[in-house]
Amino acid sequence: MNLTLKIWRQQNSKAQGEFVEYKVTDVSEDISFLEMLDVLNEDLIERGEDPVAFDSDCREGICGACSIVVNGIPHGHQSGTTVCQLHMRHFDDSQKIVVEPFRAKPFPIIKDLVIDRSAMDRVIQAGGFISVGTNQFAEANAIPVPKDVAESAMDAASCIGCGACVAVCKNASAMLFVAAKVSHLNLLPQGKPEKDRRVTNMIRTMDAEGFGNCTNIGACETACPKGVSLDFIAQMNRDYAKAIIKGQLLNASQTAAQETK
Amino acid sequence: MKLDAKTPSGPLDQKWSRFLLEMKLVSPANKRKLDVIVVGAGLAGASASASLGELGYNVKCFCFHDSPRRAHSISAQGGINAAKNYANDGDSVYRLFYDTIKGGDFRSREANVYRLAEVSSNIIDQCVAQGVPFAREYGGLLANRSFGGAQVSRTFYARGQTGQQLLIGAYQALARQIDQGTVEMHPRTEMLDLVVIDGRAAGIVVRNLVTGEITSHSADAVVLATGGYGNVFYLSTNARGCNATAIFRAYKKGAAFANPCFTQIHPTCIPVSGDQQSKLTLMSESLRNDGRIWVPRKKGDSRAATDIPEDERDYYLERKYPSFGNLAPRDISSRAAKEVCDEGRGVGPTGKGVYLDFADSINRLGADVVKERYGNLFEMYERITGEDAYKTPMRIYPASHYTMGGLWVDYLLMSNVPGLFVIGEANYSDHGANRLGASALMQGLADGYFVLPNTIGHYLAETKPQKIQSSHPEFKNAEDATASRIHGILQTNGTRSPYSFHRQLGKLVWEKCGMARSESTLKEALELIPKLRAEFDRDLRVPGTASEFNQTLEHALRVEEYFELAELMCRDALMRAESCGAHFREEFQTPDGEAFRDDENFSYVAAWEYQGRSKPPALHKEQLEYEEVEMTQRSYK
Ligand SMILES: Cc1cc2nc3c(=O)[nH]c(=O)nc-3n(C[C@H](O)[C@H](O)[C@H](O)COP(=O)(O)OP(=O)(O)OC[C@H]3O[C@@H](n4cnc5c(N)ncnc54)[C@H](O)[C@@H]3O)c2cc1C
Ligand code: FES
Repeated sequence: MNLTLKIWRQQNSKAQGEFVEYKVTDVSEDISFLEMLDVLNEDLIERGEDPVAFDSDCREGICGACSIVVNGIPHGHQSGTTVCQLHMRHFDDSQKIVVEPFRAKPFPIIKDLVIDRSAMDRVIQAGGFISVGTNQFAEANAIPVPKDVAESAMDAASCIGCGACVAVCKNASAMLFVAAKVSHLNLLPQGKPEKDRRVTNMIRTMDAEGFGNCTNIGACETACPKGVSLDFIAQMNRDYAKAIIKGQLLNASQTAAQETK
Repeated sequence: MKLDAKTPSGPLDQKWSRFLLEMKLVSPANKRKLDVIVVGAGLAGASASASLGELGYNVKCFCFHDSPRRAHSISAQGGINAAKNYANDGDSVYRLFYDTIKGGDFRSREANVYRLAEVSSNIIDQCVAQGVPFAREYGGLLANRSFGGAQVSRTFYARGQTGQQLLIGAYQALARQIDQGTVEMHPRTEMLDLVVIDGRAAGIVVRNLVTGEITSHSADAVVLATGGYGNVFYLSTNARGCNATAIFRAYKKGAAFANPCFTQIHPTCIPVSGDQQSKLTLMSESLRNDGRIWVPRKKGDSRAATDIPEDERDYYLERKYPSFGNLAPRDISSRAAKEVCDEGRGVGPTGKGVYLDFADSINRLGADVVKERYGNLFEMYERITGEDAYKTPMRIYPASHYTMGGLWVDYLLMSNVPGLFVIGEANYSDHGANRLGASALMQGLADGYFVLPNTIGHYLAETKPQKIQSSHPEFKNAEDATASRIHGILQTNGTRSPYSFHRQLGKLVWEKCGMARSESTLKEALELIPKLRAEFDRDLRVPGTASEFNQTLEHALRVEEYFELAELMCRDALMRAESCGAHFREEFQTPDGEAFRDDENFSYVAAWEYQGRSKPPALHKEQLEYEEVEMTQRSYK
């Protein structure tokens, strides 16, 4: 296959970026989109030009490193597929392809197609865990978990943290990402004790990191390469509302208790 | 060099508890004053960093990924072993220990392996407490499946994403410590050298991958959890970023490299399709639970798989190994696949492939059950090959997957350089000459959660802290040396990319020191590798500068280490004039083509000491003493 690529080039986070056109020739249709970029890069290197920077690692659709917008769609047009698993047989010969990084305010560009997603790590640090330390456990089968609950938690836990949901959202909302983690942990009996704290702290940090509000458009679900469902957002909203009400009740009763003293 | 395994005395099943009872402790007030560096945030590194942070040490954790959640561990599919005996099929700590020793073809240290089997149950308990969503039965209890090399069902799993879920569990535990300020995380930072002062590990030199800045970090102990070196073959199932830099730099600073030639070739990977391919994809071994492996009986049979009648198929694993059948261990299954392909009975466009067929299972269980068990793997297969494995059998071929070799460690998981600990795939410890499926995740987490946090404390309690600062001249020297290596690479200004060298080297190592090796192929490799290295030094081209985000430079620095590593592998393979586990020397086989082990002359760990670039490395031997098990000819028939 022979292709024309229009790729976003940006030297560093401060530089002005621009689209640059490249041709790649003799691309096998059995390779992935990233391997096609490898072919281009090798050519650029051998010509002494700066190759296109992009993140990738597993190239199996599981690490969430790859983060490219192909023809306007995060991870490209094949649904349920990361860009590292998108194969060239799904493109036409001589096609023109526009290649950009995931774009969102909380994801500054580091270089070309590489972005900084550390904001997502900070949201997890705010509460996306169960507070048990090493050796603080009961026998694994001591707490049975109904199969459907375990399956649901697993559906939520399938999130690979790539940020496609944020990139596709016109508000740059991270609701699907956060909801996936909150639901994974809040659904399980092990995660229940700190359910309220978790959801409030994670949502607060999400807002502080500059992710936008959710206006229920649902583009995130379509863009998610792992098919994480919008239902988890509804679930998180319920958990959040409960946590807020409980918090208010608790505040009210504390104030009342103080007043009687 | 002295290799002291420091194995505790006493009966095998009491060694670990005795160690725990007798180990020295660091008081909570003193822990706060001790700095520990952990390089790597995969299963081993993340679990260790989190556990050490919880204990109260000052931990700095480094990884080259943009987030610790992306370590290569994330791509493990099939599962993790533990001797819980939930399946009530006769499993026990002893049986897991024995299977692992035997699977490793009697080339690992008994005491370490026993401890691994002993703590395996705790790993499952720990992960469940963290919220890892393992597969469950309708009664709400944990489900199990079988894996190669075992006749019991002891593998725990989370769909086909076990590594992902275990890593996310460890990542979350790490996130909690980062939030509490006990662990300082340094993502997108690559370790480029180890600093040893007065014979002890004193810290590391790193490069910030975003800015290119080179800095030093000192510590009272350094832990390497940087994964395996399977990418020396270029094409492998490892993630693109996996590399040997950290362990190989440590080797050059005096840490012994053990059994470098023990590299595992996994039998069930999607075959190579062409030259532009960047990696190979594993199809989890768990598929062998329900898939049957076969090739046509006739050479060069070009009919479609579904057109070949039953009696013209050769289910060669079932035929040769009736009691383990399709679940024969990896080394044996890989070699058997190579053998039938070499005979001209391979399938697919390149003839380098065998069928993994689910037709019988689909008939027996229904497509729905097969989909529930392996749906995501079938999808992945279709994405890559464009074929539907529900209708036509998968095509698979062996590929580089895991490295049993690594830095030598004692019972405490400390290398011969005091203060340098090595955990996870980066060390050589528990898998001997061949690793059983679902045992790497187990080892990574055993090391990180349960072993290292205790043994490092013992070391720190016993050793007077040196309190060396990163302003010490040795750090400056190491920084300068690193900067000048980088400068050299950027100055070369040749014509070839690091990728093209990596590809060429990988192909060479695969052909000469891959699934089968012989004296002549190894000697050839030992001549060719230095030549290729000389060409690399002369003809490499890396655009850009040192003080910016430069992925070509990152790759060139990694490839640079592979040349000498490849040489070391070949040297080790040549020295080991026997076949054992994954190391198959063509000259040493039994009349029916199985590995011919030579216990009299080779039942040792080969630990290599670096002697500079102009001198061959020195071989040191740790003799393996088997007190508990009897060394037998491995049979899976
Ligand atoms: C496709 C695949 C499937 C597998 N499936 C299974 C399975 O089902 N069951 C099983 O038991 N095992 C499986 N394995 C093996 C297992 O996944 C690995 O052996 C294990 O995860 C290794 O963990 P680790 O923590 O040692 O290293 P890794 O997960 O590789 O982590 C290495 C860490 O070190 C960092 N690092 C490396 N070098 C540097 C450096 N120079 N500077 C800074 N940081 C650095 C990386 O950023 C990363 O954080 C599989 C392996 C593959 C390839
Ligand atoms: S590179 Fe890992 S998901 Fe794409």
